[in-house]
Amino acid sequence: MNKGQQGKIYRISGPVVVAEGIKANMYDVVFVGKEELMGEVTQIKGDKVVIQVYEDTTGLKPGEPVITYNEPLMVELGPGILKSIYDGIQRPLSVLKEIQGDFIKRGAKVNALPRDVKWKFKPTVKKGDYVRGGDVIGEVKETATITHKILVPPGVEGKIKEIKSGEFTVEDVIGVLDNGYELKLMHKWPIRKPRPYSKKLPPEVPLITGMRILDGLFPLAKGGTAAIPGPFGSGKTVTQQSLAKYSDAQVIVYVGCGERGNEMTEVLVEFPELTDPNTGKPLMERTVLIANTSNMPVAAREASIYTGITIAEYYRDQGYDVALMADSTSRWAEAMREISSRLEEMPGEEGYPARLASKLAEFYERAGRVVNFNNTTGSVTIIGAVSPPGGDFSEPVTQNTLRIVKVFWALDAKLASRKHFPAINWLQSYSLYKESLADWFKKRAGEDWSELMDRAMAILQEEEKLQEIVQLVGSDALPEHEQLKLEIAKMIREFFLQQNAFDEVDAYSDIEKTKLLIEIILWFNDEAMKLLEKGVRAKDIIAMKSKNKIIEIRYAKDYKKKAKEVKALIEKELKELAQSIHS
Amino acid sequence: MSYKEYQTIRGIEGPLIFVEKTHAVSYGELVKIRLENGEIKLGQVLDTSKDLVVVQSFEDTTGISLKSSVRFLGETFKLRVSDEMLGRIFNGRGEVIDGGMDIVKGEKVDILGSAINPYSRMPPSDFIQTGISTIDVMHTLVRGQKLPIFSGSGLPHNDLALQIARQAQVKGQEGSFAVVFAAMGITHEEAHKFIKEFEKTGALERAVIFLNLASDPASERLITPRLALTTAEYLAYEKDMHVLVLLTDMTNYAESLREIGAARQEIPGRRGYPGYMYTDFSTIYERAGMIKGRKGSVTQMPILTMPGDDITHPIPDLTGYITEGQIVLGRDLHRKGIYPPINVLLGLSRLMNNGIGKGKTREDHKEVYEQLYTAYAEGNDLRGLVAIVGREALSERDRRFLDFADAFENRFVKQGLYENRTIEQSLDLAWELFSMIPEHELIKLKPETKKKYYKGFKGGE
Repeated sequence: MNKGQQGKIYRISGPVVVAEGIKANMYDVVFVGKEELMGEVTQIKGDKVVIQVYEDTTGLKPGEPVITYNEPLMVELGPGILKSIYDGIQRPLSVLKEIQGDFIKRGAKVNALPRDVKWKFKPTVKKGDYVRGGDVIGEVKETATITHKILVPPGVEGKIKEIKSGEFTVEDVIGVLDNGYELKLMHKWPIRKPRPYSKKLPPEVPLITGMRILDGLFPLAKGGTAAIPGPFGSGKTVTQQSLAKYSDAQVIVYVGCGERGNEMTEVLVEFPELTDPNTGKPLMERTVLIANTSNMPVAAREASIYTGITIAEYYRDQGYDVALMADSTSRWAEAMREISSRLEEMPGEEGYPARLASKLAEFYERAGRVVNFNNTTGSVTIIGAVSPPGGDFSEPVTQNTLRIVKVFWALDAKLASRKHFPAINWLQSYSLYKESLADWFKKRAGEDWSELMDRAMAILQEEEKLQEIVQLVGSDALPEHEQLKLEIAKMIREFFLQQNAFDEVDAYSDIEKTKLLIEIILWFNDEAMKLLEKGVRAKDIIAMKSKNKIIEIRYAKDYKKKAKEVKALIEKELKELAQSIHS
Repeated sequence: MSYKEYQTIRGIEGPLIFVEKTHAVSYGELVKIRLENGEIKLGQVLDTSKDLVVVQSFEDTTGISLKSSVRFLGETFKLRVSDEMLGRIFNGRGEVIDGGMDIVKGEKVDILGSAINPYSRMPPSDFIQTGISTIDVMHTLVRGQKLPIFSGSGLPHNDLALQIARQAQVKGQEGSFAVVFAAMGITHEEAHKFIKEFEKTGALERAVIFLNLASDPASERLITPRLALTTAEYLAYEKDMHVLVLLTDMTNYAESLREIGAARQEIPGRRGYPGYMYTDFSTIYERAGMIKGRKGSVTQMPILTMPGDDITHPIPDLTGYITEGQIVLGRDLHRKGIYPPINVLLGLSRLMNNGIGKGKTREDHKEVYEQLYTAYAEGNDLRGLVAIVGREALSERDRRFLDFADAFENRFVKQGLYENRTIEQSLDLAWELFSMIPEHELIKLKPETKKKYYKGFKGGE
């Protein structure tokens, strides 16, 4: 590392510090004051630089030293990331606890990756091989589920002069290129710069989430982008956590950005105990948490999103499907607003900086399914929670997000207050991936998948119209077949759309089960309509008890067997009804 | 240590005092302002540079002039904390106002506090019995939770807060319990009522009271809750006590925040409130919780009045995004003469699932809660229909749910100001109400639960 230059503090105003006497580039890291608090250059004004400081600035004085090495903020990428919990600038919270105690204090300088752990490295290249940035040079078994591919840092290339095998720490030299470059298990990367890849692929593979309403009606593609806006209490965090638990990504990056401390703790306690339905191993084995809770410094909250996405891209480069949950992007936008207002910048809408839209776009654009330089395919899927003030979707963060993302899962306070969970509004939500994913579902879930889902959706839409009439005149005034339709819609809502995130079995629904549930409801619809034509009264069909047993399929471990039983019961009752009109 | 006194005030705007030609003053440092008549006022450094220091006065700036002098104390706002504080009353700046001796024992602690490392937190899971059926059964409070009361002007939130403070207990652990009460911008009358009530029930001995009254300066209001929480953290984490912190009224606090923000000529966010109000709130609300390996806990009940009863107003809105649920008081219920007027349909406790069930409350708790909620919601929805088509047009089933909703409000929600129901009593009461509904309509209750607790269908009223 170079010696760095030293200057002095000129002014302090909250998290913003103005320094003089240093020459810096935009986004260079600066260490501020005697305690060397970390910050980043966000403005350069003549001989003064404006720094956003990642820690509390109370007690700093004008005249105290500032140091910069003219390097941007970087994350450490290498084995040891998974299973960790970091703050917004990749400091492990477990290490902070050890050195500082239960409360977070400032000025701590700790390594993101442990320096004392030795990893068993198995090279996959040999002397004389020519390697380029992004190429895999070997492997380390990082956790029970993830084999960490050691990559040549982007921008580096050369012929392998020497390559070792054995146990190494992240700082040990494991190989040398002919140009003298020393290869290590770890390398650094600036968080604000997207990692390069060879080419982007179209979104043709779904991210299976295990949530029926999402997989069935509003599917998300691997490498796609989704937003979950909703007022408080509508279940944003529960939905994000369900996605982190059950989606079929191989690596999960969960960014708790400006949210509750107890929620992060809950994840920390729960995830090691839960098993990943796709691998059968503890969920923590594939997870990294980035926790910058609401009362931690606001500038680090701004950085936490970039820290998260850079780590996600790094695992993508190894050929993994990564899903990043950002909870919540509104808090991130607010952090930008707070800093921008301290910098006395001209505000855009509602006090947010005018660059809000482009910042959001840049972030979501880092998602994608790509071919890497090492010819593997990997993806980063971004699912961002949005917390609109007062649940009003017309506010700037929601609106700017919706312009970019392709999937919109709208959470609805009304549904939540009726205890309909997940409280995703089926009339407001949409997915623009439906077309591009149709082929995949056709192959994996059967030719009729899309048709079934479209029919279910049509019934739900019709229900909305019928409900308006019912509000005015009561349901008895509707024609028989419409009364029945309302009942079918209710069944779709209660037996298919609703899902209990806290039930061991129901929490995760594979696509087979998802399909089976909608199939049986629509089958009932067809049979019931036939009966109606034969002259059976709608109210008698609605009063059928056996049809309500469909809900039991949701909770049954052997759902196929249960479905058969339920179907038989319904068939029996249908037959009885049919006979009753003849007698 | 002696400090330089400056007579270089360049200007005064609202609570802000601009001072030039000082030594290097640190950010957040405490400031004493001496008026010409010798009166001393307290302030804090908001912005500091070589050329200009901006000081925010915690007190009314009346009488401060360009001739007043300023002294920088070289330290941030600290509060001396010790167990001697129990039973004492302080003003909103932390000075004793009950006529007794000053607190001399104990260490001075920075009032801003530090964030609890999420890695050190312990998930809250100990059930707190408040003796109020709606809260215990439907919005269960657990130790270390932050659960606000969203109220409206003229609603009995203070009575409710007092009742909770009086009755709150954890089964089998009655000792080492304390209440820290911070009043922000409330009237003298209300403050008097609180103190009288504390004295009457003997609760004062285990309470610490901070009073910032409506007539006290707005900027002092920004300190008061932090003093309370600093005291609470000390009692909880150093003295192993279970502390309940009552903060009232957060709306007054937010108004002060807006006032100061406007004086600083900041760019306002929604409805004129500062853009950092969420972050500022979180530095208060997040100071609740439990820590691994420490015995005590800090439980918070902030009270706020929703301007115009609007739950989407920035104050309740930002609060709801940080706190772990909310208890909402309803004007309709209050008009019907129901106390406490808790609208369970709008309320929520996010940590409830961790604190209820077998071994904590009772095995049937979760199902009872869901069934009460569903049945009441259904009955409540039907009220709208009745207004249009009349009761006679409803089916027999619907009429039962309608009656259930009334009975729920009049018997379950409604209770006396001094009525302390155990969780068992509250749950049993729910089962009594379930008898108004035939067994097969109680779909949220499992058959085995019904077998054990259901007392049979007793028809309508």
